[in-house]
Amino acid sequence: MSSVKIELRQDQIEKIDSICESFGNQEGELINVLHKSQETFGYLPAEVQEVISEKMEIPAAKVYGVVTFYSFFSMIPKGEFPVSICTGTACYVRGAETVLNEFKKQLEIEVGETSTDGKFSLSCLRCVGACGLAPVVTVGDKTYGRVAPDDVKEIISEYLK
Amino acid sequence: MPVATLTEIPVKKQIRIALRNCGVINPEKIEDYIVRDGYFALGMVLSEMTPENAIGVIKDSGIRGRGGAGFPTGLKWEFASKSMSEQKYVVCNADEGDPGAFMDRSILEGDPHTVLEAMALCGYCIGANTGYIYIRAEYPLAIARLKTAISQAREFGFLGKSIFGSEFEFDIHLKYGAGAFVCGEETALIHSMEGLRGEPSLKPPFPSESGYLGKPTNVNNVETYANIPVIFLKGAEWFSGIGTEKSKGTKVFALAGKVNNVGLVEVPMGITLREVIFEIGGGIKDGKGFKAVQTGGPSGGCLTEKHLDTPIDYENLIACGSMMGSGGMIVMDEDDCMVSIAKFFLDFTVEESCGKCSPCRIGNKRLYELLDRICTGKGEMPDLDRLRNLSEVIKDTSLCGLGQSSPNPVLSTLNNFYHEYVSHVEDKKCQAGVCRDLLEYFIIEENCVGCTACARACPVGAISGERKEPHLINPDTCIKCGACLEKCKFDAVILR
Repeated sequence: MSSVKIELRQDQIEKIDSICESFGNQEGELINVLHKSQETFGYLPAEVQEVISEKMEIPAAKVYGVVTFYSFFSMIPKGEFPVSICTGTACYVRGAETVLNEFKKQLEIEVGETSTDGKFSLSCLRCVGACGLAPVVTVGDKTYGRVAPDDVKEIISEYLK
Repeated sequence: MPVATLTEIPVKKQIRIALRNCGVINPEKIEDYIVRDGYFALGMVLSEMTPENAIGVIKDSGIRGRGGAGFPTGLKWEFASKSMSEQKYVVCNADEGDPGAFMDRSILEGDPHTVLEAMALCGYCIGANTGYIYIRAEYPLAIARLKTAISQAREFGFLGKSIFGSEFEFDIHLKYGAGAFVCGEETALIHSMEGLRGEPSLKPPFPSESGYLGKPTNVNNVETYANIPVIFLKGAEWFSGIGTEKSKGTKVFALAGKVNNVGLVEVPMGITLREVIFEIGGGIKDGKGFKAVQTGGPSGGCLTEKHLDTPIDYENLIACGSMMGSGGMIVMDEDDCMVSIAKFFLDFTVEESCGKCSPCRIGNKRLYELLDRICTGKGEMPDLDRLRNLSEVIKDTSLCGLGQSSPNPVLSTLNNFYHEYVSHVEDKKCQAGVCRDLLEYFIIEENCVGCTACARACPVGAISGERKEPHLINPDTCIKCGACLEKCKFDAVILR
């Protein structure tokens, strides 16, 4: 997994500390701590994981192991508008792949990448449970149903203003 | 996120038990749930029944786990109740990860209190005072509604100390998943709850002996719990009167794919696939031909025309080479290529395999590569035997349910659609027109006006023809980029 190198400011370190404390520094709460940290920072770079490891007294390798195990956690920053294409079975059968290809083409990025201006990132989801609306695309918290490749341009333009 | 459109689907043949309140009550108001007999079962059981008697009711009802494997729920509760420990746990598996299944989300969003009531009932039966709901982080609305429901139930005294004036105390907390399909397996789920990687471990010991933090733990799925309060209110006899000999009650299916009415349906066990797809589902979209229905998610199989009249229950689906799973039902028509579908599921398995045991980690990857070869026209006939042999090895030797069932999509398509594999391998053709490498771009002479737009767009100069004369694509030079198809305004370029 690729990663970016960053330097944490003192207030950011304190923020992580307080997140760990809010869960009582308990080892069993690691996943909740990671959720909260990702909510705060947008992603989980190695430096954040190191602070958590120290604070909670869990080996950094173990924290890294958990972060990389779950697809919800990311070690690279997501775009301002994260685009996710559902590739669950229902969406696949109803043409999610062609929609995905259109997004790749329009945004000029591959799955797992973020556009150079930091505006969009592209990922695939495994079923958001909205199979009645297949194929489904989410941008941030917003959900688009029954998306056709022709709709892609319009969806992107909503976020370019 | 919109809730499935239940009302759009014909209600005939449906019996709503698990979904009885979904779309009917306001899920954010506990009063709405109480008016519909909510928490009555809990009150009745706490004041009138011993835990043994209550477990007896669940056993007599014949209800089996709705999450996949179909283990009798009453037995599970009995095992947990007999495990001796000061501390026990009740866990609700709300890590609905099967692509194409969304009944648990609908129940949690539409009727969260029923799950809380059932968990409290389970707690009383097995002697636990703490419950956890392990829920996917991908379901923010369900999480919000559960939080509201839990605080309301505490306020009303349905959770907390001395519930209904009895000595029984019980409380429920949430634990979040983080996107790992294998966490639907109960031992993996428990490890994830403990903050670890969600890898399964060998059973025994079963969670009912040693589960969360090493304590006896009962894990059931959302839909299973949603049935429990009704079973207590209406009785085991009523419940066991619905369904087939070995599969009692109803099952919620998530109907999706190429079918006219998509959404959730709750039908009695024993109904046929034909009734679900053609009567409730309204048949195939755009009047196309039915090809297959995939049940049981990535662990299930593709069933075909000849299975349409088989009554649906746990045993029958397994006998057909599929499984009940969590109830995803994805309908496919003549435009779907079954080899690609098998490849699609293997892609999923490869991604979601936790990597702990080698048959699943390495075997599924090799299955995927074989399928990829076949889909790209590089397959040979012996590959089909290799697929079958490897599938059986993976099934027999994997550690958990994920690996034990992951080859099902391959085996079921090999059994039911062998001719499609053969045509991919021998004729290098994909009849459904899905496998791009096996298709060729072709110009229909009658439609071509000779405008030369395609020839100018072709990056490799594969298109020849005089102006105002029909053009021709040279398949040997063509790189299948599709530029000609995009440029043609006369529908003369096709993929075949």
